[in-house]
Amino acid sequence: MPCDYVEERLHGYLDDELDAAGAAEFERHLKSCPECSAALSAERALRKSLAQAQLYELAPASLRSAVQARIGSASGKQTVTTMQPQINWKWLATAAILLLAISTALLTMAVLRMRGAAPEFAIAAVDAHLRSLQQGHLADVQSTDQHTVKPWFDGRVDFAPKVADFAGDGFPLLGGRLDVLNGRTVAALVYGRRKHIINVFAAPEGTASTRSGSGEIQGYRWLAWRAGGFDYVAVTDASAADLEELRSLFGKI
Amino acid sequence: MLEAQERERFEACVLPHLDAAFNLARWLLRDRRDAEDVAQEAMLRAYRFFHTYRTGDARAWLLQIVRNCCYDWLNKNRPADLQDELQEGSLPSKELSPEALALANQDRNRLVKALESLPPHFREFLVLRELEGCSYKEIAAITSRPIGSVMSGLARARQQLREALLAQEPARKEMGRAV
Repeated sequence: MPCDYVEERLHGYLDDELDAAGAAEFERHLKSCPECSAALSAERALRKSLAQAQLYELAPASLRSAVQARIGSASGKQTVTTMQPQINWKWLATAAILLLAISTALLTMAVLRMRGAAPEFAIAAVDAHLRSLQQGHLADVQSTDQHTVKPWFDGRVDFAPKVADFAGDGFPLLGGRLDVLNGRTVAALVYGRRKHIINVFAAPEGTASTRSGSGEIQGYRWLAWRAGGFDYVAVTDASAADLEELRSLFGKI
Repeated sequence: MLEAQERERFEACVLPHLDAAFNLARWLLRDRRDAEDVAQEAMLRAYRFFHTYRTGDARAWLLQIVRNCCYDWLNKNRPADLQDELQEGSLPSKELSPEALALANQDRNRLVKALESLPPHFREFLVLRELEGCSYKEIAAITSRPIGSVMSGLARARQQLREALLAQEPARKEMGRAV
């Protein structure tokens, strides 16, 4: 049992939710408290087995098509009701135009704000991620074998990217391809994560004008870091925690 | 035209989180078919109230609606589920054949059973944090709780999960002997 004082903090630490001072204080405490160290490893083991059990359940295709059909028919129905003669067309038209103007302005502002706050390379990476999801663009070399993917890059890029399969940790390697970030050709490694796709773009340190950081652009999360002589940018619709986990796996190559 | 645009925006912002919606419903209701019905209802509710969504975290906004739909549904159809006690055997547990207990599935089955035995108010912490990867802030928004209570909630949920796993141990040993 961990001591009372830290019982909850241990979870904040485990979840990376303590502020820097709180985390440092907890780490100091860890050194002098074997109970807390043991409890922390136990929590990490539990988290690992939860991750390995692949408990996430994806929506069945029938649900997706049902929702799409219902949304389509819902708007269809409303069009029918507006055909009724007692509707004041003039008022309706004015209201519609006003609403359209307002929503367009709001949407534009929202997009600008979201995009404006994000660094250019991250926007480029998210765009590249979206392009890759189109049919047939995901991987030029499709293989779960790092020994097939790595040599594929020979002669295609002017560096040798580090390639590893993390299937054992829940991130199977799906393949690789070439992509372009900020005008620089980079190696794109494709990983799966509970049927989500993660693109990891890699280039030698300082060549692709990236900067370490993280954020979200239009619902896609990105994480950029530097390790072992390479700059990485990872993009996905999986969670930010997944990206962090993948980064730590890259750190161990 | 307005409708078409709103629909497009809905499809761009909210629909990509359909998996998250289904996953949360599946774990709160402990049944895939019920989850499909309730997730569909939640998506339609989200579509109807899409005008109340401004900008920001669309996933958290949607999951909040999904969660509300799930609790409404449980309240109506399975109120016993909402009692905050461990729910051992409150659902007819399927008999597992030795084949089904093949090593590869064994851990998953154990975890599913343990997770499903937790009261929904604790189970949701683990689903949102460990499966969905939500931050404390997002969990607080989705579950309408103060952010300060998320850390203690997760601590208790993990403790309960561990106890539920331990409670399975004797059964497992017996099964091992029988095989």
